Amino acid sequence: MTYSEYLFPNDMHIYWSLMIVTYPFITGLIAGAFMASALFHVFGLQELKPISRFALLVSLAFMLCATLPLLFHLGHPERALNVVVTPHWHSAMAGFGFIYSFYLVVLTMEIWLSYWEEIVTYGRTSASGMKKTFWRAIALGAGETSDDIKQANKKAIYILGLIGIPSACTLHGYVGFIFGSLKSNPWWSTPLMPQVFLLSAIVSGLALLIVMYVALSSKGYLTWSTKCLKTLCFYLWLAMLFYMISEGLEILFFYYESSDAWFVISTLLFTKLWVSFVVVQIGIGVVVPFTLLSIMLFMKEDQGLYTTMAVIAAATALFEVWMMRWNIVIGGQQFSKSYVGFRSYHPEWLDQEGILTTMGLSLLPFFLLYVLTRILPMREAAEATEEEKPLQSGEPAEQ
Amino acid sequence: MVVAIPKPGWAQRIHDIEVGEEIPDWLDHYWVYLIDTTKCIGCGACVRADKRENGVPPMFFRTWVERYQITEDNHVHVDSPDGGYGGFLPEDLAQLLTSAEKDPAGPGRGGGKGKNKVTKGFFVPKMCNHCRNTPCTQVCPVNASYQSPDGVVLVDKTRCIGCSYCVQACPYGSRYIHPEKHTADKCTWCYHRITKGLMPACVTVCPTGARKFGDLKDESSEIKKLLATQRLNVLKPELNTEPFCFYIGLDQSVR
Repeated sequence: MTYSEYLFPNDMHIYWSLMIVTYPFITGLIAGAFMASALFHVFGLQELKPISRFALLVSLAFMLCATLPLLFHLGHPERALNVVVTPHWHSAMAGFGFIYSFYLVVLTMEIWLSYWEEIVTYGRTSASGMKKTFWRAIALGAGETSDDIKQANKKAIYILGLIGIPSACTLHGYVGFIFGSLKSNPWWSTPLMPQVFLLSAIVSGLALLIVMYVALSSKGYLTWSTKCLKTLCFYLWLAMLFYMISEGLEILFFYYESSDAWFVISTLLFTKLWVSFVVVQIGIGVVVPFTLLSIMLFMKEDQGLYTTMAVIAAATALFEVWMMRWNIVIGGQQFSKSYVGFRSYHPEWLDQEGILTTMGLSLLPFFLLYVLTRILPMREAAEATEEEKPLQSGEPAEQ
Repeated sequence: MVVAIPKPGWAQRIHDIEVGEEIPDWLDHYWVYLIDTTKCIGCGACVRADKRENGVPPMFFRTWVERYQITEDNHVHVDSPDGGYGGFLPEDLAQLLTSAEKDPAGPGRGGGKGKNKVTKGFFVPKMCNHCRNTPCTQVCPVNASYQSPDGVVLVDKTRCIGCSYCVQACPYGSRYIHPEKHTADKCTWCYHRITKGLMPACVTVCPTGARKFGDLKDESSEIKKLLATQRLNVLKPELNTEPFCFYIGLDQSVR
C-alpha cells in the first residue's frame, strides 16, 4: 500500500523551534565540560590539570544560561516555576527542575571548594572594604587555611565529583529521555536516545574545551601542556567512537526492523534531512573529526600540525553535535503524525525563538564565563608562575 | 468487548466534597464516542459546528474530516481541505482528478480507468481520542492536561505553561497550541454542553448519525448497545493508548 503525501490539519506547525535545539546543546556542553573536569578530580588524570578548574567554570557559565531557551520557548514563561512547585511526577519533563537544581548545587559546591584557598586568601589580603567583605562572605567567614582543611577539601571535591558524574549524566541523559520516551514519534522513540544524547554531550564538552584551551593558552591565560591537549583529543576520539556506534546502531535497528517507522524515517533521511543529516552531520561533522582524531593517535603531539588538526577536529565535532540537535529536534517534527506527510522549517531572524535570539543565547555563556574568570582565576597562582613540568598519570589530584 | 471504567481514588475524594450544585456530578457518567465511517458523507457540518461552538482559531482543528480514495493498485490518496470545513464539494473532486493526471502517484489517473481507477472511497472524521492510557496527560509537566473522572481529557488553561510537550506526545495530531492563548487546546467533547445534559456540537449537527456520543453508565443508552454489538476498531491500536473514541468500518488504510 502506497500513499500520497498527507499531513494532519494540525500538523502544519512546528512547535519545538531553535530554542529547543539550543537547550540540549547547552546542557550537553555543561555535562561534557564537567566530565572533563571529573577526569582530573575523580580519576586523577594529571594531564588534565591545566583545564580542570577552567572546565568547571565553563560548566557553570553554561549552566546559568541553560534555562533561558526554555523560557523563550514557553507560551507562559511566568508559570515556569509551576514545574517545580506543582510538578506532575509522571512527566519526564517535570524532573528537569530538580535535576537542574541538584546539579547546580553540586557544581557550585565543587567550584567553591576548588577555589576555597584563593577565596580565603583574597578575603585576608584585599585592601578595600567592599572587596574584603565580598570575599569574606564567599569564604563564609573562614580566615585562614591549613593543611588539614586542604586535605578535607580535597576529599570533599573527590566526593562531589563522584556525585557530579552521575548527576551530569542524568542531566543530559534525561534530555534524551524526553525525546526517546515519546511513542508518537518514530524518529525519537528509541531507548538509545538518552545514550546518544549523553555521548554527544561528552563530545561537545570536550570539543569546546579543546578549542578554548588552545585559544586561551596561546594568549597565556591557561598553562600550555601538549599532554593536556593530547589527553583531551584522545578522550574526544573515544567519546566520538562510542557516539558513532550508538547513532549507527539506532539507524541500523530502524532499517533492519523495517517497521512502519522505517518508512517515515527512510523518507525523512532521503528528503528533508538529506543535506542536514547525511551530508552535513555525518559527511562533515562525523567523518572529518573522527578521521583527524584517528590520525592524531599516531602523531607526536609536539608537532605544530597536531594543534591545528586538534582545533579543526574539535570545531567540526562541536558543529556536528549542534547539527545532531537540529536533526533530532527539527527533523523529528518534519513529518506529520500521519507518517505520510512532510513539512519544512524556516526559522525567522527576528522571531522570539528566531536566529538572533539563538545567537544571543549561545554567546551569553561566553560573556558570563568572561565575568566569572574576572572574579575567579582560570588557573592556580603557583601554576601561573611555574614552567610546564612533565606530568605523570596516576598521581593523586592536587588542589 | 469489555469496557473497564476506572474509578480513581482521588476522584472519589473530590466527589465527597460538597462543592455546590454547579459542579457536575462527574462520577455519575462515563462518556464514550463512536464514529460510524460508513455513514459519514463528508458534509463538514461537524467541523463548522465545532469551530462555532468552541471558537476554534483558523488553521487549527478540534475535529476534522479526512477523505480516503484508494485506487486499484492499492495507492491511497488522503486529503482534508481546511479540515473538511467546507465539506468535499464535487469541484474539489474534479480539481483533484485534474491535478492527479499530472501527478503519477495520484488517484484517478487516466480518467478513472485502468489500475489507477478509484475502487474505494470513504470519509473518516477525526478528533481527540480521549485515551485511557493517555500519552498527552502523562507528559504534562504541571498536570494542566488531565483526565476527568467521567473520562474526558481536558486542559486547564490557567495552569498550562505552553511547553508543547503534549502536542508532541499525541500520536493523532489532535492537539495544538492556541495562537492567542498560548496554551494547549483540543477537543473536550464539548464538556460545557455534556455536563448540562446536551450532546457535543458535532454530534448534534451530524445529518446521518455517523457521530454518536453517550454515557456508558446509562444502561439504556444507544451507545452502550452499539459498543456491545458492533465490530469496532480504534486508531493506531498498536500504540496501546486505549482510545475511547471507537470506529465502525475503519479501513486498514486509515492513518
